[in-house]
Amino acid sequence: MRPRSPLRQRLSRLDAQVSPYAYVSPFFLLFAVVGLFPLGYTLWVSLHQWNLIGGQGAFVGLKNYTDVLGQPFFWNSLRNTLSIFLLSSVPQVVFAVLIAAALDAGLRAKTFWRMGVLLPYVIAPVAVVLIFNDLFGDRFGLVNQALGWVGLDPIAWHKDTLASHVAIASMVNFRWTGYNALIFLAAMQTIPRDYYEAALIDGAGRIRTFFSITIPQLRATIIFVVLTSTIGGLQIFDEPRLFDSAGQGGADRQWQTLTIFLYNIGWTQKNFGRAAAVAWLLFLIIIVFALVNFVVTRRIASRESR
Amino acid sequence: MSATPVLPVRSAPTSDAGGPAPRRLTRRVARRAQASPMAYAFLVVVLLASIFPLWWSFVIGSKDATAINSGSVSLIPGGNFLANARTVVDSLPFWKAMVNSVIVSTVVALAVVLLSTLAGFAFAKLRFRGKEGMLVFVIATMAVPTQLGIVPLFIVMSKLGWIGSLGAVIVPSLVNAFGVFWMTQYLKEALPDELIEAARVDGATVFRTFWNVALPAARPGAAMLGLFTFIATWTNFFWPFIVLDPGNPTLPVALQQLQAEYYVDYSLVLAGVVLAALPLIVVFAVAGRQLVSGIMQGAVKG
Repeated sequence: MRPRSPLRQRLSRLDAQVSPYAYVSPFFLLFAVVGLFPLGYTLWVSLHQWNLIGGQGAFVGLKNYTDVLGQPFFWNSLRNTLSIFLLSSVPQVVFAVLIAAALDAGLRAKTFWRMGVLLPYVIAPVAVVLIFNDLFGDRFGLVNQALGWVGLDPIAWHKDTLASHVAIASMVNFRWTGYNALIFLAAMQTIPRDYYEAALIDGAGRIRTFFSITIPQLRATIIFVVLTSTIGGLQIFDEPRLFDSAGQGGADRQWQTLTIFLYNIGWTQKNFGRAAAVAWLLFLIIIVFALVNFVVTRRIASRESR
Repeated sequence: MSATPVLPVRSAPTSDAGGPAPRRLTRRVARRAQASPMAYAFLVVVLLASIFPLWWSFVIGSKDATAINSGSVSLIPGGNFLANARTVVDSLPFWKAMVNSVIVSTVVALAVVLLSTLAGFAFAKLRFRGKEGMLVFVIATMAVPTQLGIVPLFIVMSKLGWIGSLGAVIVPSLVNAFGVFWMTQYLKEALPDELIEAARVDGATVFRTFWNVALPAARPGAAMLGLFTFIATWTNFFWPFIVLDPGNPTLPVALQQLQAEYYVDYSLVLAGVVLAALPLIVVFAVAGRQLVSGIMQGAVKG
């Protein structure tokens, strides 16, 4: 060790004390401006009359909230959001686990298969919607033509409520299933192989080991994937917004989601007070659903592990 | 804001081999270690489903409008792709959008990586008062949805006169809590405490320690974070759509105009989709392996 002068020693102690704050401060300063401040300010805006051009008006208390809750379109968009969310997250988790199980089965050229599964992830949601809009065309779309080949009637993907939700959910699933499959795959690889070996010796088949070992061992990962897809799924905007060129979520708002509703109130009707109220309501809904999901998935997963 | 890569929490490294080979290797176990034809067949179907929409957009994007409206289905591309691409490029500020997307994604990815590595180094390896509380705060904010802040953020941007400029897209995305959390976790594992101690004993300043010791160790994790941030920013639509005007878009915003303009002519719309997707497909071809391992590394251990 090199001998040091008292001044150098004091400087180096100062350095050790101050530097950590210097390194975290850029994050916190920027975050305060672009993350934290808007959060609180949204609450403030939501309690006032406020429009895009005139700015802040009178304090109105909870009136923006009661106004929003009194609109049938709010409840309609809430229903649509939940329906699209269920249609996308449930099949997505199921398929992701199945794909992961296939990827975990000792393949040749495993990097090739993993990359192939991940490919949709790099395609922007906007691009995915435009492609699927063509595939789900009401008259000449490939999906309807294929239905015709097997003798089924064409489906009105851009009119029928449930059909539009299925089409939109399929876009979400296209982009995210492979991504989630890789997360499940990683978790599967941490399951000790001895478990499978023991199960085999006990005479369990592939399906039995899948349900009795693989699924229970994936518990934490399933909860994680369900939570992230809840937070993302309830905010869905790109896919339903671009599902037709008008962007209203359908002629009868068949696929208008909460975020489209928020956007329309804020930027079409230019009522920022109400838009901020919708933002807070959306946040509360997400919290409630994340909690419900957490409890439900944990219960399901732990019952299976018993 | 909104450029948060949806990466999972990193905790335990995973091995490809799946642990040591079992000692009592029965014939049945050995057979189990190889994939069944069923698994291959299933994955071929999944792979086709992954590729098909892209191939389809190229097929449609390479035909002329009359060929599409004839009603016959064909999976073979026509010869019109370049002509369609030229129409798209001429009718939209396409190159501008491409350049904008490159600028926005690069700046955001670099900033997120730099600021996250700095903060992550402090959280992982330095001692200071209030650290635990700050870290909990960072993690807690990861759950807050982007939509919550857009109204005031828009008000701020319009007061600053930034609406329509790239700054309005870039600045809110310069930091994200996830990045800090990711680099903290990464450096905890990748950077041995002994190295930090050794640097301190040698009389290095904290910054020198960061620069010469932490940064090299952080490189793989930082590269991953940069890659995912780049993709998330490139594909982001909602916020750029709100703050940018049609003359100065990013690629997703430009693509959306394409649909509004050529709603009936899907050969043009999908030619534009292919053009816009190309850069990220190139990124994927070069770095797909890293992307896969990035996701796999991040998974939660059960």
